[in-house]
Amino acid sequence: MASKLAEMLTNLGSRVTSAAWRLGFASRFFLMILMYSGTSLRRFHLTIREIYFAGVLSLIIILVSGLFVGMVLGLQGYDTLQRYGSAEALGVLVSLSLVRELGPVVSALLFASRAGSAITAEIGLMKATEQLSAMEMMAVNPIARVVAPRFWAGVVSMPLLAALFSAMGIFGGYLVGVKLIGVDEGSFWSQMQASVDFREDIINGVIKSFVFGIIISWIAVFEGYDSEPTAEGVSGATTRTVVTSSLAVLAADFILTAFMFRGA
Amino acid sequence: MNRATLDLWVGVFVAIGLGALLFLALKVGNLSSATSGETYRIEAKFDNIGGLKVRGAVKSAGVVVGRVSDINFDTESYLAVVTMKLEKRYKFPRDTFATINTSGLLGEQYVGMDAGGDSVMLKDGDVVQKTQSAIVLEKLISQFLFSKAGESGNDKK
Repeated sequence: MASKLAEMLTNLGSRVTSAAWRLGFASRFFLMILMYSGTSLRRFHLTIREIYFAGVLSLIIILVSGLFVGMVLGLQGYDTLQRYGSAEALGVLVSLSLVRELGPVVSALLFASRAGSAITAEIGLMKATEQLSAMEMMAVNPIARVVAPRFWAGVVSMPLLAALFSAMGIFGGYLVGVKLIGVDEGSFWSQMQASVDFREDIINGVIKSFVFGIIISWIAVFEGYDSEPTAEGVSGATTRTVVTSSLAVLAADFILTAFMFRGA
Repeated sequence: MNRATLDLWVGVFVAIGLGALLFLALKVGNLSSATSGETYRIEAKFDNIGGLKVRGAVKSAGVVVGRVSDINFDTESYLAVVTMKLEKRYKFPRDTFATINTSGLLGEQYVGMDAGGDSVMLKDGDVVQKTQSAIVLEKLISQFLFSKAGESGNDKK
């Protein structure tokens, strides 16, 4: 009995220690990425290549889901608003919910599962097949050559993808609300313009997606770099990337929203 | 894939991303309609501003002529002081009547300006003398109910 209790305590202790160790290593790793990003910016084609893989190849999923999310918002919003006789406010509802929340958050979740997982798997496999060690042998810093370009590609792509998601969603809401249901087109756009503020809503949305980009890219490259160099280890790291970055995005969204839209 | 093709695709991606941002700023947001021109500031005191908010519209004959820039409470007169910024090209007579109206039954509230007949125009820092407060729906309903109750009370006599 006593030995079982001791074993449980030991397990708990080692878990806490390893979690703290990983957090510390992740923070040090973040600083290392920032320190070595000079090289990746000088050899910019490396970053361009990663923007292609992270951003351009995520375009289809972002655009299509944005369109559908906007269309659903149009239908649901109309259904609720017409009960209060204010169907013209549909544009406001669709645009504010997209620009403030859904655009940054949903595109971040999609980006984490589409691009974040790919980054982790790639870096993890490079580690498993000892490509990273081989680079170090050749006096090439793997953080500067492999990690930093992927990190910056994620940070650059995320705000652009979120803006595209929002724009596409508003277009979807316009299609359903104005073209399909027949909400007045003039009041759809004019009420939207009257209540969406450039600084309060759009810039805050861009800041959100920028922060999400940093979070997702950081978690993705760290999990890949820290993964166990086995097939199992890489698959576990990929799963952890998606789960951790999704949770981190939602938590960060709450904190950012509490700061940005307090009371207004 | 060679480097030129990659550059092309990334260039297209960045361009349409920035295009989407521009669309959000100009078509969805109010950047295009923001009053960028010169403005002058006037004040008006109201008994009750209802749900009027900072950045609310100031309209005359339905046309937006300015924005509410600040709302304060005056502890001496116990009135709400609404500061408005009007565009320079729109001049109003000194005896202009400022009211707080609601667009639609449940829409947002705005300041309406009904021009008077005075030959002297309002200038920067002036205070609008004639104002009418927001109509509070609850007060109207309770007044209506009380008057109805009073009527039926009179009938019984």
